[in-house]
Amino acid sequence: MLDLLMKVFGKQEKRSGKIAKERLQVVLIHDRASVSPEIMEQLKNEIIAVISKYMDINKNEMEIALANDSESVALVANIPVNSLRHAK
Amino acid sequence: MSQIIVITSGKGGVGKTTTTANIGVGLAMRGNKVALIDTDTGLRNLDLLLGLENRIMYDLIDVTSGRVPYNKALVRHKKHDSLYLLPTSQVKDKSAVNPDDLIKLCDDMKKDFDFIIIDCPAGIEQGFKTAIAAADMAIVVTMPEISAVRDADKIIGELGRADKENVKLIVNRIRPQMVEKGDMLDMEDINEILSIDCIGQVPDDEAVVMATNRGEPVIAMKDSIAGKAYLNIVGRLCGESIPFFKPPKEGFFAKLKRLFSMLF
Repeated sequence: MLDLLMKVFGKQEKRSGKIAKERLQVVLIHDRASVSPEIMEQLKNEIIAVISKYMDINKNEMEIALANDSESVALVANIPVNSLRHAK
Repeated sequence: MSQIIVITSGKGGVGKTTTTANIGVGLAMRGNKVALIDTDTGLRNLDLLLGLENRIMYDLIDVTSGRVPYNKALVRHKKHDSLYLLPTSQVKDKSAVNPDDLIKLCDDMKKDFDFIIIDCPAGIEQGFKTAIAAADMAIVVTMPEISAVRDADKIIGELGRADKENVKLIVNRIRPQMVEKGDMLDMEDINEILSIDCIGQVPDDEAVVMATNRGEPVIAMKDSIAGKAYLNIVGRLCGESIPFFKPPKEGFFAKLKRLFSMLF
């Protein structure tokens, strides 16, 4: 009886096609984000160049990587700042 | 001006070879001179789908190694006499041909053909790189299934890295009833995920199995729905704008019936 009530009033069960789509979208974020080390290095150097215009940063301690959980991918950068430049 | 098209997929078993055979026959039925090149060396099948397996004398490796000229290795189709097959070797492996071999071969063959269609092996290794080398258009075949779409995405990425800009999509083996119930990825989902131009939606059709059994591509079977879908693909390849088949909208009574069946 509860089952029937759930069916009528409750949330409809997600169809498998929708599940497939959602799983695909997540897995493709990961697939597409597998960037080659050369590109990561290049990205890192360009980020350093941009940030150095505004701040004095510690290039050796800087870390940059793609991090992901089950739903999203993030570009995580940890950039120690030595000092800020004077505003012009 | 001849066109060189590679048929690829990443995942095996989604219908690359079937697609190659049908597009080849379809283009020949329109009067084009067509050459099909099988590059799935070691796993030769295109000859079987075309019913030409007993007429092979030489293969792709004989040609690329310079043993015979290509016109000696080409097998002419019995029914569609402007269609030719360059079969591959069943004994050698995929490293027997390299990208430069295929570029040179296609360059030589261009003068004799309106279309050269290359059947690519599964995977993204050397065989894939060889097969796509000469192509100016790539058709990615996939199925409405999670692993096939993922592999198609990977292939689209690889084609991009190889500077292939003209990439089209064919979705094969669609089961409309499952799509309607929401139990299969629909075209909207796939287009949204892969975002490349789709030129074909082929329904799953028993006629394809029967056609393969006989060695006559399904495109020549007038009343099959898959055959019709392939005819439309060929039309679109020839620059015609053909709308995609849309299932009829659910009528009022059908909706009412569904509502009742949900309640009781």
